[in-house]
Amino acid sequence: MASVSAHAVGVTYHGVDSDVVALAGADLELADGSSVAVIGPSGCGKSTLLLAVAGLLATSTGSVDVGGEPVSGPRLRTSLILQDFGLLPWKTVRENAELGLRIRRHPSSERRARAAEALERVGLTEFVGLYPSELSGGMRQRLALARALALDADLLLMDEPLSALDALTREDLQDLLLSLWLDRRHTSVLVTHSIEEAVYLGGTVLVMTPRPGRIGSIVENPGMGTPGYRQTEAFYAKCAELRGLLEAEGALHPGGGAL
Amino acid sequence: MRTWLRRAIGYVGAIAVMLVVWEAASLLLHSPALPTPADALMQVVEQFPLLAPHFGYSALRVVVAMVIGLVVGAPLGLWLGRSKAADLVAGPLIFLNYPVPKAVFLPVLLVLLGIGNASIIALIALIVFFQILVTARDAARSIPAASVLSVRSLGANAWQVFTNVTVPGAMPEIFTALRIGAGTAVAVLFFSESIAGSTGLGYFVFDAWGRVRYGEMFAGILAMALLGVLLYEAIEFAESRLCRWERAGR
Repeated sequence: MASVSAHAVGVTYHGVDSDVVALAGADLELADGSSVAVIGPSGCGKSTLLLAVAGLLATSTGSVDVGGEPVSGPRLRTSLILQDFGLLPWKTVRENAELGLRIRRHPSSERRARAAEALERVGLTEFVGLYPSELSGGMRQRLALARALALDADLLLMDEPLSALDALTREDLQDLLLSLWLDRRHTSVLVTHSIEEAVYLGGTVLVMTPRPGRIGSIVENPGMGTPGYRQTEAFYAKCAELRGLLEAEGALHPGGGAL
Repeated sequence: MRTWLRRAIGYVGAIAVMLVVWEAASLLLHSPALPTPADALMQVVEQFPLLAPHFGYSALRVVVAMVIGLVVGAPLGLWLGRSKAADLVAGPLIFLNYPVPKAVFLPVLLVLLGIGNASIIALIALIVFFQILVTARDAARSIPAASVLSVRSLGANAWQVFTNVTVPGAMPEIFTALRIGAGTAVAVLFFSESIAGSTGLGYFVFDAWGRVRYGEMFAGILAMALLGVLLYEAIEFAESRLCRWERAGR
């Protein structure tokens, strides 16, 4: 249903003085229900790739298919989660959770029910009347997730959703993301700066090369999703492997910009 | 209720301070042009039957003019702020005209629309329109791209982006422009009423001044001040209702 297949995707931004090539022929092949983490140095086009898959960005070259259909605009069951501003500050928790359903003109009783269910799943039921500015950073990202759940998204595209959170909240949210994926088996693409996060949440980890961006290496991570993975030798070994790959690209050295 | 009470106490305190300063200034100057607060308030009570219709005229003019300025200026400004093509055409036109003091057009308006309500309302509406237009345009431009992106990713069309993001995102700044505009509007009201026509508080104050009736004059000045305060409070109240999220998390 929500398999993703991108071929030779190129995106060029037209800047003020010169054009910037953000992506130069990226290929991506995700099976339905897979969980993929994308990691790479700053400015390698990770976010651009995500926006192209979300249908929010016209590609200069190549094609993107989701669920076998070419992407030409926002897709009904694709949900995009951003680090910031994804929530509207002038809407309450409930209104934010219902927003996608409202935009798609679902009847209000159905909106209520689906939003309430989604908010319960992420543990925000008591806070439906508050505004985002009254929530902690972790709660805000829970709300962003609830919005995706209310839409019954089968493709979750996440652009560094947890990078603004403190370490403990971050692990808490990582566990929530993992449990949601284990429950629902949606297709999940997580762009991250954190090696540990990529290994914890990505069944496959894609390493992108510095600008102009392409997919450099593909690291299979079969241990992902097993109970207590974070504490295992295999987890540390996988992190070390990934770190090695990023170092080889120069992404971890001073000025390289990762982490 | 508690914020309401705190506000009332603040007003009472401020009025007390003003009365003391006023009283002192009046005693020091010892001029008939600055009566003591007690005398001035007596005048307001005495002049009330005469003053009330003038107050009504002034209030009506300034409210109608501000509503026109808002209803025309806000949507146009938001549209210019979000549409590059529209801004390219209309932007230079606006910025050439914005710094021109609109008040100098009063004589032109008087010739075109005649002496009376129409020209006074037109002048105030023109001034408020420009203030709101420029603010709304800037506010719409500074709306975070990510807010728009996230709503578009949910499948929103241009109109839904406008109603869900642009309008509420710019609303607090439009209210600020409206509040600043209220001060300008009352000043321009005073100016234009003192020149055009024989109704309104501006006329009342200048007429009393011409007849050397300083007590009456001061009653008119107080009424004008009250009009300004009421206008400001009405805008404040509307904002607290329409921008509830602004108070959240503070």
